[in-house]
Amino acid sequence: MTALVTIEGISQSFGQARVLDSVSLAIQPGSYTVLLGPSGSGKTTLLSILGGFLQPTSGRVLISGKDCTSMAPAQRPTATVFQDYALFPHMSVGSNVAFGLRMQGVAKAERLAKARDMLRIVGLDQAFDKKPHQLSGGQRQRVALARALVVQPAVLLLDEPLGALDLKLRRQMQDELKAIQKRVGTAFVHVTHDQEEAMALADHIVVMNHGRIEDQGPPERVYARPATRFTATFMGESTIVPGEVDAAGHVATALGVFDAPGLAAGSTACIAIRPEHVQIGPAIPAIVMDVVYQGSFKRVTAAPIQAPDIRLLARLPAGTKVQEGAQLSFRFDPAEVIVLRD
Amino acid sequence: MTRIISTLYAVAIYGFIFLPVAVLVLFSFQGTLFPIPPFNGPSLRWYQAVLNDARLTDGLVNSIFVAVLTSALATLLGFLSAWGFARFHLPASALMRGLITLPLTVSYLIIGMGLLIFFNWVGLPKSLIAAGVGHVVINLPLCFAIIYSQMGDHQANIERAARDLGAREWQVLTLVTAPMLWPALFASFFLSMTFSWDEFVIAFLLTRFDTTLPVEIWNLLRAGLNPKTNAVGSLVFGVSIVLAIVFELVTFRKRPQ
Repeated sequence: MTALVTIEGISQSFGQARVLDSVSLAIQPGSYTVLLGPSGSGKTTLLSILGGFLQPTSGRVLISGKDCTSMAPAQRPTATVFQDYALFPHMSVGSNVAFGLRMQGVAKAERLAKARDMLRIVGLDQAFDKKPHQLSGGQRQRVALARALVVQPAVLLLDEPLGALDLKLRRQMQDELKAIQKRVGTAFVHVTHDQEEAMALADHIVVMNHGRIEDQGPPERVYARPATRFTATFMGESTIVPGEVDAAGHVATALGVFDAPGLAAGSTACIAIRPEHVQIGPAIPAIVMDVVYQGSFKRVTAAPIQAPDIRLLARLPAGTKVQEGAQLSFRFDPAEVIVLRD
Repeated sequence: MTRIISTLYAVAIYGFIFLPVAVLVLFSFQGTLFPIPPFNGPSLRWYQAVLNDARLTDGLVNSIFVAVLTSALATLLGFLSAWGFARFHLPASALMRGLITLPLTVSYLIIGMGLLIFFNWVGLPKSLIAAGVGHVVINLPLCFAIIYSQMGDHQANIERAARDLGAREWQVLTLVTAPMLWPALFASFFLSMTFSWDEFVIAFLLTRFDTTLPVEIWNLLRAGLNPKTNAVGSLVFGVSIVLAIVFELVTFRKRPQ
């Protein structure tokens, strides 16, 4: 399958600051790609370069095989949904959505009909004649989505589109975004710092940090087998235990010895254990340091007696009887342990 | 007790400000030849006299003409310069912004004399056009300041969205930026109108045969006090009040976000 968008060695510097450091990425047609990273990781800069709002210091952007690196936003087959929606406040919702078609010279009746169809897809056709300020945050978000989709872009770029919504609405809009993307079949590139959002939406997650891509792949793989220590800690919680690789290709840590294929003997490495893989069992006696009741589970922090500096995180069933200061034994399946090069 | 004192104080202040205007308006309805007590009226004979005076009505038309055209031009130029400063990285931007607003601090007399000497040098005769240029000079900084203060980053993003959807630069300006800023544009236009409408010094220095209403009133005053001056003054005041009310409505009306 040929990629729809190919990003080749993009670097971006603002003065002395290097915001993107030779980033390369391929985006498949019809995919939902999420750029995930903390603030300052360069994800929004990469999106701006894709949208044409920023000229990269070096590197190329190819869309459908065409070099778009120095093309203006209007000329390239992308459309952007802005974080603050950027709706035209003086126009009705219908005129907002029809704006892109108006710029293409589509006749009035036709563009209004298309705008109405697109509003129906996002579930807002009854708001056609309203002004943006009469709508709620979630509705404005949908108008912005419809306005960008109606011009039938090859790639839709979304800059933290759910950032301004409250948690409940955010989860609801997530499901709708995914459903809309499936219906229209356009490739979506979505920027967020929320890893739950990323996992719920993405076909392809791209984890970014310090202007580089740390890891990319399907969400299941990125979560279960993160490529780097940063990815393991950013994508959910885990217990990190440092260790050393021996000549036989094992990493020895305070919590046991694990296979470390492909790592050089003598190098340092670490293991990451997801809290949901830790259960009560005979292997590791520990003192419970902290118990947080989370509704559907209890989040327990414990210090193993054999390695009291380590904080073992466990997700135990909500009904588990456990108290701070008590001694409790844990176990985990070595097959679920993630070995990371340091 | 303090309440009585503060009330009296307020009455005194507003009396001090508005009594001269009230007297002017009252004696414009005077029935006899002199605008001095006792008041025998009301009568509209002096208003009739104003409307029958071709010089005053010509001045009135000239004033409206100059006010509307120069305000439109000052608003347009102020809008374009504000947009330029707000949206582009210009060299020495702060200095240039300072220079564009500088005429606000220079007296009309200096501006008028400067323009007089300059127009003399380039050979532009004294005329309504010359005075109009002067009014644009004094109102442009004001329009710039009002419009520039209303241009934020949020709107820059909205313009970006328009460009992303295929709008050319002139379409961004006419379809998005200007309509978004219409309260500021409207306010600039009406404030410019009020300043141009009763501006005297520049019009006096830069016009000769065709002139604006304030200069005609001054000509009238040289012949001595008479209720006709009160009547024309009341008319000028009435128009200023209407412009000021429109300005307030536009500026301080609660805006939907």
